[in-house]
Amino acid sequence: MVTYIIKRLIGALIMLAVVSMVTFAIFFVVPRAAGATADDFAARYVGKSATEETVGNLADRLGFNDPVIVQYGRWVKGIVAGAEYDTGAGVEQCPAPCFGYSFISHQPVWHDLLDRLPVTVSLASGAAVIWVLAGVATGVLSALRKGSVFDRAAMGVALAGVSLPVFFTGIVSLVVFSYGLGITAPGGSYTPITENPVDWAYNMILPWITLAFLYAASYARLTRAGMLETMGEDYIRTARAKGLPERTVIAKHGLRGALTPIVTIFGLDFGLLLGGAVLTESTFSLNGVGKYAITAILKNDLPQIMGVTMLTAFFVVVANLVVDLLYAVVDPRVRLT
Amino acid sequence: MTKKSAAAIVAAGAALALGLSACGGGGADTKKTEGGSSGASAAKDVPNAALEAVFNPSDKKGGTLKMAVSEDWDSVDPGDTYYAMSWNLLRIYGRPLVTFKPDAGAKGRELVPDLAESLGTPSDGGKTWTYKLRAGVKFEDGTPITSKDVKYAVLRSMDKDTLVNGPTYFNDWLDLPKDFKSVYKTPDVNTDQAIETPDDQTIVFHLNRAYGGFDYFAALPGTVPVPKAKDTGVKYRDHVVASGPYMFEKVEAGKQYTLVRNPNWDPATDPIRKALPDRYEISLNVNADDLDNRILAGDLHIDLAGSGVQPAALSRVLSDPAIKARTDNPTQARTWYTSIIGDVPPLDNIECRKAVIYGADRVGLQNAYGGEFAGGDIASSLMPPSIGGWKKLDLYPTGTGDVEKAKAALAACGHPDGFETNMSYRADRPKEKATAESLQQALAKVGIKLTLKGYPTSDYYSLYAGKPEFVKKNKIGLATNGWGADWNDGFGFMSQITDSRTIRASGNYNLSVKSPEVDALIDKAYVETDVAKRDALWGEVDQKVMENAFVLPGVYSKAVLVRGAGMTNAAVSGAWDMYDYLNLGVS
Amino acid sequence: MTFLELKDLRIHFPSDDGLVRSVDGLSFRLERGKTLGIVGESGSGKSVTSLGILGLHKGGRAKISGEIWLDGEELVSASAEHVRTLRGKKMAMIFQDPLSAMHPFYTVGAQIVEAYRIHHDVSKKVARKHAIEMLDRVGIPQPDRRVDSYPHEFSGGMRQRAMIAMALSCDPELLIADEPTTALDVTVQAQILDLMRDLQRDFNAALIIITHDLGVVAELSDDILVMYAGKAIEYGTSEDIFERPEHPYTWGLLGSMPRLDRERTERLMPIKGSPPSLINVPPGCAFNPRCVYGDRTGGRSTTEVPELLESEGGHLVRCHLSRDERRTVWENEIKPNLEAS
Repeated sequence: MVTYIIKRLIGALIMLAVVSMVTFAIFFVVPRAAGATADDFAARYVGKSATEETVGNLADRLGFNDPVIVQYGRWVKGIVAGAEYDTGAGVEQCPAPCFGYSFISHQPVWHDLLDRLPVTVSLASGAAVIWVLAGVATGVLSALRKGSVFDRAAMGVALAGVSLPVFFTGIVSLVVFSYGLGITAPGGSYTPITENPVDWAYNMILPWITLAFLYAASYARLTRAGMLETMGEDYIRTARAKGLPERTVIAKHGLRGALTPIVTIFGLDFGLLLGGAVLTESTFSLNGVGKYAITAILKNDLPQIMGVTMLTAFFVVVANLVVDLLYAVVDPRVRLT
Repeated sequence: MTKKSAAAIVAAGAALALGLSACGGGGADTKKTEGGSSGASAAKDVPNAALEAVFNPSDKKGGTLKMAVSEDWDSVDPGDTYYAMSWNLLRIYGRPLVTFKPDAGAKGRELVPDLAESLGTPSDGGKTWTYKLRAGVKFEDGTPITSKDVKYAVLRSMDKDTLVNGPTYFNDWLDLPKDFKSVYKTPDVNTDQAIETPDDQTIVFHLNRAYGGFDYFAALPGTVPVPKAKDTGVKYRDHVVASGPYMFEKVEAGKQYTLVRNPNWDPATDPIRKALPDRYEISLNVNADDLDNRILAGDLHIDLAGSGVQPAALSRVLSDPAIKARTDNPTQARTWYTSIIGDVPPLDNIECRKAVIYGADRVGLQNAYGGEFAGGDIASSLMPPSIGGWKKLDLYPTGTGDVEKAKAALAACGHPDGFETNMSYRADRPKEKATAESLQQALAKVGIKLTLKGYPTSDYYSLYAGKPEFVKKNKIGLATNGWGADWNDGFGFMSQITDSRTIRASGNYNLSVKSPEVDALIDKAYVETDVAKRDALWGEVDQKVMENAFVLPGVYSKAVLVRGAGMTNAAVSGAWDMYDYLNLGVS
Repeated sequence: MTFLELKDLRIHFPSDDGLVRSVDGLSFRLERGKTLGIVGESGSGKSVTSLGILGLHKGGRAKISGEIWLDGEELVSASAEHVRTLRGKKMAMIFQDPLSAMHPFYTVGAQIVEAYRIHHDVSKKVARKHAIEMLDRVGIPQPDRRVDSYPHEFSGGMRQRAMIAMALSCDPELLIADEPTTALDVTVQAQILDLMRDLQRDFNAALIIITHDLGVVAELSDDILVMYAGKAIEYGTSEDIFERPEHPYTWGLLGSMPRLDRERTERLMPIKGSPPSLINVPPGCAFNPRCVYGDRTGGRSTTEVPELLESEGGHLVRCHLSRDERRTVWENEIKPNLEAS
């Protein structure tokens, strides 16, 4: 087990290194191959009345004239040893781990990400609780009453949930519940849980439900399919033959089997969400990692894009590892080697 | 990105009122601010009520003014910003030498002294401009503001390697010593030949050539004083030292700014600011549709960008009389157009360029930009009507396309059966995509086949349409484009987009206007000190651009602005074509 | 009073294609300490019967009629909840494939403990001790360690032993084994059958063994019931069925029975054709389409459903052929062939 984890962690590190190289290549090498010059890169970071001289100076200062490998090396060095950036009037320290420094906002990326992570974690975890409970409960009930009115209605709603985009459901729910009925917080509301847990929950409830709706829908469908399959298994018949009450049969024997694939999918979904719930954060104007990513991409802020990509990759890699470990716990047949 | 317009409305309010409602345009229910009406008067909502007069005037202090913007900010550092909303708003925490009068319509275009006692005094035939600072003005920490702080601020704003965002007018016009690089790199170089500070209250600017409109320069955010001791270069944006009535309480880059009262601001030194709210809360990167909804719901007071509601909210705004009554529909000093690029054959032939203009469905283009309220009026030239010197040109029809004239032009060009070329647009801007598609359809009727190419907005000028090498290589004959004025005169609008000598390797906004004739006119306009003659020259530039068919004008931009519920002193300033942010209050 | 008696049990399932008559009028009796073998091909209704006795079709879509008397109680009309309390305790079942029949995520011990604690209000510790005893009883070595193993960690035979331990954990009076050895290889099959015989003796339980393989029940059963298309077609003592079988289908089963005393290479005589649809049961005798003697019935075989009639001394047969004809065919055509081969 320990050997396995160590092996996986080393694998994860290699994975992250590869992700960083690929990302770097996409944003630094590919444009170059397409003919962009160092000055073209710099031109993104100057004002609209910049002279060629200014652009050239900036290209020098930001190191766009160096070979790509040197630029990548500098980025890696920043993570390990930190970096310094010229502010004109002095030097700005970007302490290790320095995942880059935005040339547009002039903030260290790592600091920004740490600042925004609590929002994303709040959003993702609250939503996850809701969608797992709601999705699994709906799925189980639907499976047990297959073909009933409840099943048809629930699966209809689930289909809507899967198909309707968050920016639509989000905006509509804001208009109805926040601006119409006034029972939920308006867009852009966020209070850290450490400051006031009640406000935190009140402000997050609508984003939670909106995001959870999307996932609950697919989890309901998954659970339903899983339950239908599991409840037809031989071991369910065995459980019944033992004289177990039906509730125990469903909860202990049926659900346990049906939930295994859900654990896997949940781990990956949740890991990816920690890298930013892009649409939900944008729709509800929550300053999380996802909105940071969108802004970074819209502004072509390469260091920010690199940083947020690495963070997302990190969460996905960790989620994969956790899922695999969890899988071994859930299903004793799985061996970690 | 690009700066929102900052010019005045010349077009009459009545004309605008026609657009929204018959009872708009400075209604009888509104009172003028200068009378000093106090208390919150519940003014009746009327469309376009804030276009020509201050709507819901009030002197009531207190409350929190909530603002939001759907984008990020370039910088709140007055020396490092080019966003119109920023130039408008920063005056609540910074005092330039001169500023635009906080008032509605054309009255808002008037320059009034702010940190200075009066407007500039020219000498040496307009090459030297002298300002005297008001006495008793202090920074937020209580330090008195001197002319040296203004000089330092102007000089630092010229370091475009560090403070990249702002304009370069001072760089171009001040008579700087050759060895001066920047306040940071060459702090010891004597710069008195450019800016003199004979005493703490006096500042004298020396230009390298005469310029009669220097007060516009003095109104630039670059003249907002910056204490040298507190300057942290590009990081100054994290804590701008206030000279106006408000100071930053919290700066959260990309998220939120909060401002509170500056205890060291003395109203006695400031005749133009009311300083009504106790607090400003400014949210950044807010979802654009949600932002509209929050204003309509009364949760927000103002959309800082001042560029109008999103398409999603537009139909609701225009169809609900109660909401429509809260709107203003100004024409902005901004033109949306398509550059016709002569570098790409056969568009090097003027007749082929004309064929494009004749063939275009101008009504279709107007619809592509959002129709008459949210898009704007069909443009007949590059320069918008609110710029001095504008005259209505009638060189081309503005209907749905003139196939015969287009075919005649094509024949004259030697391509009677038409030709093929490419058209670029900003892929993430639906309006520009619609524009390109409209043009593609209309020109197909005359045999001009367009292949549409979308590029990302963020690199549109630096890597694609604004890079001549790319344009030639990829045969981009047409490119969507748009421009807003830095301020409301020909210089402020036209100089960056019509002077062929400004064209560089990349990052160009002038994609197609290349004419020695135009360049000569621009030179004449620069040295002309008589305002009327100068304006006329810019009008001529506009005419030459159209005669040479360098651009296909789309619309003179209009925006549907919504007044937030409970917001007092709403006035669409002619200087910004959005609400003036200096004297807004909360009832 | 008979310990277990089925009277005209019918279990029908409505489906989109029509009514599936899985069990269609089945009757038999079984006493404590006795063993009944129910033999038939898959789809003959034997498993449905066993689940029906356990009451596992209750609450579903199945339509059940007839009577099931267990130790003086009628179960068809009893409430589902009441039958549940009997399951596991009064009657227990051993399933075919212990790998799929045991929950893969719980240890063998946990599954036995669970079965025990439903019916006995004891602590987990006591139940665990009982589980170890049961594992020991069914011949699992080191039961105190194996109790914490998962089903997949057992070999096939061990798993079936564990399954038996689980079924016997509450000391049931009726034990139903559904194809208990089908998934096992031949040597293990014999061990399991021995084990079941021993245990039945010890527990004095009534045992029903359900199988498609006559060989399995040959030595174990007192009585044998041959099912075809939801109906009993021959019912008698083990001796009746093996020594004097009277139904052509039973002959077929005997012919296709692999026997330990025969060479593997020898050719079996399988029954041609496949079992009939339970929705559209062929008119007349359900076995008629596969029966080579149908033409000797003067056409009754395709028009008239044969009755289950007594042939001699409790030996019941459902066939249009006369008893004499059946005996003649058996003696002259079938038996010599079986012995010769």
